[in-house]
Amino acid sequence: MAIAHGERARAPLAPASIKAAAGYSLPTFAAVIWFALGAVTFGWPQAQAWPYTLAFALGATGLGLLVLLSALLAQFWPPLAQRVRTGTPWIALLGGLFLLWEILTAKLALLPVPFFQPPQSLLEVFLEDYQRLGESVLRSVWLLARGYLIGAVAGVVLGMAMGWSPKVNYWSHPILRFIGPLPATAWLPLAFFIFPTSASASVFLIALATGFPVAILTWSGVASVSSAYYDIARTLGANSRFLILKVALPAAMPHIFVGLFMGLGASFAVLVVAEMMGVKAGLGWYLQWAQGWAAYNNMYAGLLVMALMCSGLVALLFRLRDRLLAWQKGLVRW
Amino acid sequence: MVGSTASNPAVADGLAVSVQGLSHSFALGDQHLPVLDHVDLDLRPGNFVAILGPSGCGKSTLLRLAAGLERPAAGRITADGRTINDPDPERVLVFQDPTLYPWRTVRANVGLGLEARGLLRTQRHRIDEALQLVGLEGFKEAYPHQLSGGMAQRASLARALVNDPRLLLLDEPLGKLDSLTRLSMQSELVRLWQEKGFTALLVTHDVEEAIFMAERIVVMSPRPARILDEIVNDLPYPRHRGDERMHGLRRRALALLGLDASW
Ligand SMILES: Nc1ncnc2c1ncn2[C@@H]1O[C@H](COP(=O)(O)OP(=O)(O)O)[C@@H](O)[C@H]1O
Ligand SMILES: [Mg+2]
Repeated sequence: MAIAHGERARAPLAPASIKAAAGYSLPTFAAVIWFALGAVTFGWPQAQAWPYTLAFALGATGLGLLVLLSALLAQFWPPLAQRVRTGTPWIALLGGLFLLWEILTAKLALLPVPFFQPPQSLLEVFLEDYQRLGESVLRSVWLLARGYLIGAVAGVVLGMAMGWSPKVNYWSHPILRFIGPLPATAWLPLAFFIFPTSASASVFLIALATGFPVAILTWSGVASVSSAYYDIARTLGANSRFLILKVALPAAMPHIFVGLFMGLGASFAVLVVAEMMGVKAGLGWYLQWAQGWAAYNNMYAGLLVMALMCSGLVALLFRLRDRLLAWQKGLVRW
Repeated sequence: MVGSTASNPAVADGLAVSVQGLSHSFALGDQHLPVLDHVDLDLRPGNFVAILGPSGCGKSTLLRLAAGLERPAAGRITADGRTINDPDPERVLVFQDPTLYPWRTVRANVGLGLEARGLLRTQRHRIDEALQLVGLEGFKEAYPHQLSGGMAQRASLARALVNDPRLLLLDEPLGKLDSLTRLSMQSELVRLWQEKGFTALLVTHDVEEAIFMAERIVVMSPRPARILDEIVNDLPYPRHRGDERMHGLRRRALALLGLDASW
């Protein structure tokens, strides 16, 4: 992932053609689409009575009103105007897609039913199964956080030690080379056998998946620190502790963050598998449970929530990076 | 001596530096690259000595040895009679490249030495003084990538001066500055040296700079560097760039460097 370097790229703005239409017309257009979604959902009779049809219609209409309202407020409050301008094209497109989805499923019944159900049935899942979904999210986050933090800290410590001490490097490099490329999930059967609980085994596997890229990149970061940085600090009276913590570590930080991003991606994969195979809790388990009951709506809902969770965690890591690496020029925005 | 500071006993006196039979070489691939060849040089406390020599002859290597960043292959350098083996904050080297830490603001870069020695809390005010001295008060919170080359070089000078060195080793510290800033920094450094009384060893490729600033100018041969000759410049400070008496010194220096044809 080439996140740490490269040109400064802001959040992409809407294309010029769309921007030209901004002001009133685009928000109006987006609102009209959502109103249409509400009207079609409510007014167009459907072959099969889907629960929450009215709620969905009301929600769509409400969102249309919200778009109009924020466009109006944006006239008086510039920060909001920026958001409206970048967000509105997407809101319009989403409304259009929902409209298409609603018509193809609930209204015309063109798509095979157990797999494809109208949007209101997704709403149904969120409104009726929120407790189980919410608990699954919490359990997933808690498991991931433990494994990821342990793996990240261990990876940084090992990478620093490898970059600093030839002895540590001599002994750990071959092991990392040999074992590192093995997918952490391959250890799953063994880990569930060795560890007392499936939760501790999962924490270990997530830590393993995270720690490997973090260690490698930390090590390469430390190895690439210019020796002039150390010379400067040494002539000014720095001891080894200072050289490690105040020179090598911050100098390697851009590399470390690349490792942290790679580790986060790897940890998601292990999390889902571990939840499906062992822990029997969390979003991975929820997906499998939904599939077992042929509850496709629940599966879609679970996938959606999982996407939100993963992208939220990635965004969080980007926040942290922007904070710690504010000194770097040319950071890519998330 | 010009640089003595009898009037201000709080300021550390300069180090006496003695370079004795110093030779050094590098291994370049499987080749043996001799860099310094039996160099002898004595600096009394508070001396200001400039080293002139062709590029690549070993001037920076000499300063690195004096800073204690490397050990010489043969011979030794002493400071106040003690052999230099390791770096010590009383001998500060201003590198040819500013090499500021890009993750630290200018203020934090300048405070590096104080922080490394645990003096940041008690002597923080010195950072501001040093920044003022090099004219960077307005850029305390800037990051190095926001500075021009000259400003970065001035920041690295401030980073050295904060530590009140007894020996200041200067490796072409003004080479990257624009000519106006360079002239004012030359005067500023001389004033500082007179005020603080440290010993100064300046490497430069600028004959004018050497003549304007130093009491003695050591001219070195191409690699491996030997000392060709030494020019004593006993003109009183403050000096004037247009001083007639500098012409002769300039001519001698250029002749030693083999550039007298251009004179
Ligand atoms: N660490 C090193 N390894 C190998 N060769 C070096 C090293 N440092 C300097 N040299 C060589 O030593 C010679 C003198 O270098 P230096 O002291 O930097 O010259 P200068 O007089 O320009 O400052 C050069 O030929 C350079 O290539
Ligand atoms: Mg040099």
